[in-house]
Amino acid sequence: MSLTVVFGYLATLLWTLKISLSSSRTLPVNNFVGLIQYERLFDNERWLLSLNNLAIYGVLFILACVIIGFLLAVFIDQNVTGEGVLRTIFLYPYAMSFVATGLVWQWMLTPGVGIQEGIRQLGFKDFQFNWIVDQDMVIYTVVIATVWQASGLVMAMLLAGLRGIDDDIWKAARMDGIPTWRVYLSIIIPMLAPSFATVFLLLATAVVKLFDAVEAMTQGGPGTASEVPAKFIMDHLFGRANLSLASAGAIMMLLPVLALLIPYAYARARKGKR
Amino acid sequence: MRTNTKRIWTPARIGIYAFLLTAAAFFLLPLYIMLVTSFKSMEEIRLGNIFALPMHMTVEPWRQAWSTACTGVACEGISSGFWNSVAITLPSTLLAIFLGALNGYALSFWRPRGSQLLFAILLAGAFIPVQVMMFPLVRVLAVLNIFSTLPGIVLVHVIFGMPIMTLLFRNYYLGIPQELFHAARIDGGGFFRIFVQLMLPMSLPMIVVAAIMQVTGVWNDYILGLVFAGREHLPMTAQLNNVINTTTGTRMYNVNMAATILTALLPLAIYFISGRWFVRGIAAGAVKG
Repeated sequence: MSLTVVFGYLATLLWTLKISLSSSRTLPVNNFVGLIQYERLFDNERWLLSLNNLAIYGVLFILACVIIGFLLAVFIDQNVTGEGVLRTIFLYPYAMSFVATGLVWQWMLTPGVGIQEGIRQLGFKDFQFNWIVDQDMVIYTVVIATVWQASGLVMAMLLAGLRGIDDDIWKAARMDGIPTWRVYLSIIIPMLAPSFATVFLLLATAVVKLFDAVEAMTQGGPGTASEVPAKFIMDHLFGRANLSLASAGAIMMLLPVLALLIPYAYARARKGKR
Repeated sequence: MRTNTKRIWTPARIGIYAFLLTAAAFFLLPLYIMLVTSFKSMEEIRLGNIFALPMHMTVEPWRQAWSTACTGVACEGISSGFWNSVAITLPSTLLAIFLGALNGYALSFWRPRGSQLLFAILLAGAFIPVQVMMFPLVRVLAVLNIFSTLPGIVLVHVIFGMPIMTLLFRNYYLGIPQELFHAARIDGGGFFRIFVQLMLPMSLPMIVVAAIMQVTGVWNDYILGLVFAGREHLPMTAQLNNVINTTTGTRMYNVNMAATILTALLPLAIYFISGRWFVRGIAAGAVKG
């Protein structure tokens, strides 16, 4: 039963590990060549570029999602009218696929017809917003689109956390005359630490898995300027028939996930014991 | 700050609303642009402003997107992709929920030896990038002769949906009193009888949550469908990407936007209809991970 699934997970993982240590190209072969594929991987300009992109993307995406999501949650939590409608508006992009999200933003950001053109027609003739065709800026457009898609989720989870905080804390803080922003900074945010940890874990895994949005939005371009590891692996797996190199890449992608997951699991296990 | 005071228009409150409304405009902008664009003719798009409302409303782009747009080689619109996605999503959801409930039931009531470890590995599986498991799975499905078939893609979705489904049901069953289970055992119920007659009927709320998660997840999937479904069963998301990113010549932006809305329609409908359940679903799947 669940055993088969575990075999599915574990066995495939080990298989990929083994292939990454071989010299397979189109078809898997069973020889052992040591870490050559990993050396080739880190000599590969495209792979290094994809790691670089992922680092930039990851930091900005997580920061933006957490900040925007937290601000939205805090502002919605101010007893506002139309709360339900606002919540719905902020979260609906999360129901859309990364492909649809990527395609919509691709179109809105295309210089000749999108936002740039729209604002120029409003009279700002020199307005420029052509990041999506700019090699140095294209990765930021992926950040914009995916933050639009995912920050509502952060809002929903942090809002649930905020609602779980006892009203007495607010009363006590008001009695002591502490300014609201200080209460958030020194009391509420630390209290929400578990929620933030979960949000961070979720967003971080989304970063490592980033593929659909790039494929739909820029197809890795212009050139290879918005290449990401998941796309590199897919290309070498199916397009370029370089199985062992792709497997080495896949194993490398596993490392950051484990690096995040193990401390998290450890922290939970310790908490469970207490 | 949650004040219980009456709503007075202080500068602070005006600021709050200004922020929220600006944010709402940002979040709604793509939906608005998609909608207005899908009702414009191409001439109007070429000349007009992206933000403007259509001057002459036309549903032609929608018709084209549904039945004549080119998805790679064929020009039959994305309607076939829609039915492919339905054919993939339906069994994937039913099977994943059934197995998830079964796993959760076994894990919380029967607790076989080593189940804790299995469960931990299963959960870790939810976070592993699919690329790590992708090629071995391709080989396994090829050996089983179901690569590029409907059963193949369904199996893959069930495998990747298993961790979250099992987690949802395990946590849900942990909240059900053990006494109930013991009473059923004393009454002579076996493993499956207790599951089918007692546990499944009790898990209806969780089944709804799990269904929402699995349906939206499978419907929105792109990468698995692309690799495992084969050309015959390509899901709607993959066809949509083909419509937009492989067309040569002029881009039919209005058709593209209509196709995008059509693809997003089902998950959006689920989101708007199920509301709170949707949030509960993603929260239950996420928070306890």
